[in-house]
Amino acid sequence: MSPPLFEIDALHVAVEDKQIVNGLTLTLRPGEVHAIMGPNGSGKSTLANSLMGHPRYTINGGDVRLDGESVVELAPDERARLGLFLAFQYPTDIPGVSMINFLRRAMSARRGEEIPVREFRQVLNEVLGRLQMDEQFVRRYVNDGFSGGEKKRAEILQLGLLEPKVAVMDETDSGLDIDALRIVSEGINTFHSDDNAILLITHYQRILRYVQPDHVHVLIDGRIVESGDASLAERLERDGYEPFMARAKEEVLTS
Amino acid sequence: MTTPASEAPVTPRSEYEFGFHDDVEALVKLPKGLSREVVNTISDIKDEPEWMRKLRLKALDHFNARPMPEWGGELGDIDFNDIHYYVRATDRDESDWEDVPDYIKDTYDKLGIPEAEKQGLLAGVGAQYDSEVVYHNIREDLEEKGVLFLGTDQALREHPDLVKEYFTTVIPPNDNKFAALNTAVWSGGSFIYVPPGVTVDIPLQAYFRINSEDMGQFERTLIIADEGAEVHYVEGCTAPIYSSDSLHSAVVEIVCKPGSNVRYTTIQNWSNNVYNLVTKRATAYQDAVMTWVDGNLGSKLTMKYPAVYLMEPGAHGEVLSIASAGQGQHQDAGAKIVHAAPNTTSVITSKSLSMDGGRSTYRGLLKVYDGADGCRSNVRCDALMLDEHSRSDTYPVMEIDEKKVDIGHEATVSKVGDEQLFYLMARGLSEAEATKMIVNGFVEPIIKSLPLEYAVEMNRLIELQMEGAIG
Repeated sequence: MSPPLFEIDALHVAVEDKQIVNGLTLTLRPGEVHAIMGPNGSGKSTLANSLMGHPRYTINGGDVRLDGESVVELAPDERARLGLFLAFQYPTDIPGVSMINFLRRAMSARRGEEIPVREFRQVLNEVLGRLQMDEQFVRRYVNDGFSGGEKKRAEILQLGLLEPKVAVMDETDSGLDIDALRIVSEGINTFHSDDNAILLITHYQRILRYVQPDHVHVLIDGRIVESGDASLAERLERDGYEPFMARAKEEVLTS
Repeated sequence: MTTPASEAPVTPRSEYEFGFHDDVEALVKLPKGLSREVVNTISDIKDEPEWMRKLRLKALDHFNARPMPEWGGELGDIDFNDIHYYVRATDRDESDWEDVPDYIKDTYDKLGIPEAEKQGLLAGVGAQYDSEVVYHNIREDLEEKGVLFLGTDQALREHPDLVKEYFTTVIPPNDNKFAALNTAVWSGGSFIYVPPGVTVDIPLQAYFRINSEDMGQFERTLIIADEGAEVHYVEGCTAPIYSSDSLHSAVVEIVCKPGSNVRYTTIQNWSNNVYNLVTKRATAYQDAVMTWVDGNLGSKLTMKYPAVYLMEPGAHGEVLSIASAGQGQHQDAGAKIVHAAPNTTSVITSKSLSMDGGRSTYRGLLKVYDGADGCRSNVRCDALMLDEHSRSDTYPVMEIDEKKVDIGHEATVSKVGDEQLFYLMARGLSEAEATKMIVNGFVEPIIKSLPLEYAVEMNRLIELQMEGAIG
């Protein structure tokens, strides 16, 4: 078995004074796709944002390691340059900043050196084509006036360009119609290789029809209560989160 | 008779690149203080027509009679008796840089002006050093078409009737305390006349430089665009850093005759010890278009609200304003549009930044007179603060006395958002780079309306200011 690429080790996260993630442990190896599924309020977005280093979330226990190195003390940009990526659930708009300028800066930052214009255009056009996005798209301001589907595609565009080692996808499937979901999923699959790993965080099972997970985990109250293979997602689709929530409650009461 | 230039050995604020000064003994330097005698002496030196002397003295009375404004910025520290009202470094206004004294030419070389002129980026150049214009030149083909681009003093000597016809018709001597002061002691500035139907295709530029300590610069600019004429005028301003403050109080009057199109662009980058108190106003007649592009980056305090009076139907006025206030600065800037005729239109777009404890204020007036029906106006002012200890205020006043109008207004005040910063940093951009990108995006709507070389310059100046603020 190859060494771990990304390790979440007994992670505890609080927002303001509220403890949201309570000792979450998960290991991703190169080439793996993991899905974390959980109901509303289970800590999905807190997990995603804290992994990337959002200042509003305080990690107050445990560790996160990329390639064996702890990243919890690092600023978001340092984590990104090491190869961690977060696809945002709600990408923020930045008026006046063109996508093309932003993407070139981001790619240069990821590489640690200025990317030549020619090469940038080439890679950009290739990824745009793959995502069935018009070239004019990158002339627009970052996420400004984008539809829900366009925002998600723009996230996948960045995923394709930045080629991170680990991609955390925060509810990337939400708000997408079936065609957009398919295109976005294809984008994720094209990015996926034996060298990187993907953590899909989702409420619904439907994206898992397009992006096949190796492992599925159920998140309740900030901890993983059950792990399994892809069939676990089907079970969730059939029975819902209720049985897991009831069990989690029981465990809390008896512990 | 020239004195060799030497640069100031130290620049207190390293971010301000124009902080050097020339050690020069002025040819004429009136003693500090303001009096009838000083005003008379200025008029004598210039050998002016009698009407101008009378106008100056009348304006001095207005100035003395009026109280200091109690709104806007903090003006209490200005000591009108501690200012030289007239400083002349050379006795000539040249039209060839080779004839300009070397130490003055060196200054403009450092600012890149002669080079830009040589490269054909400009149709004409004017340069004012302290109180007097030291250089003026215009492309020959424009001169042949009758375009006048002169120092205002020279215009008064060579075209007295034309100057007299328009001088103080847009901004009367008693308009406000500082316009009165300017009218009393004015010196230098640009005079532009564009004959009917003539288009000046690339910008005319003037560069204003204060060199002396405790100096007041009071240039007076008058632009007349005759019917169907088009002209773009650009001014830049810098000054050295001294321990005591300087005063810059200009008046700019513009007449846009029917069908004309005038654009006036200012990139003000005074050092942080300059009070910049300027009155700028244009009148626009039938179907004329007047645009002010006003960039305020420097100065200790700026109070400036470029105005357009829309006098006849079809006239259009536009103000694009950008202000950036860093440590110890207050930019009190904005716009004033007066709809005095039906079917006139206007747009005000203002973007202000404050950082490092600086303060930006948007102050605007939109006035629509009763009977000016069918007017349309859109006002948008946005303020962005880079940190907690900076300040931003907006005072958008609207006086609408007519019902049949279409007025849109939108104002926002925001802080560089945590979510925006996090988003960009999550893509690998450092905090400083991310902040710059957000700020550049914020000012983009104004920057893109500038000619390319000024857009680059403006972006560069904002970045320079931010380097001081965010490290």
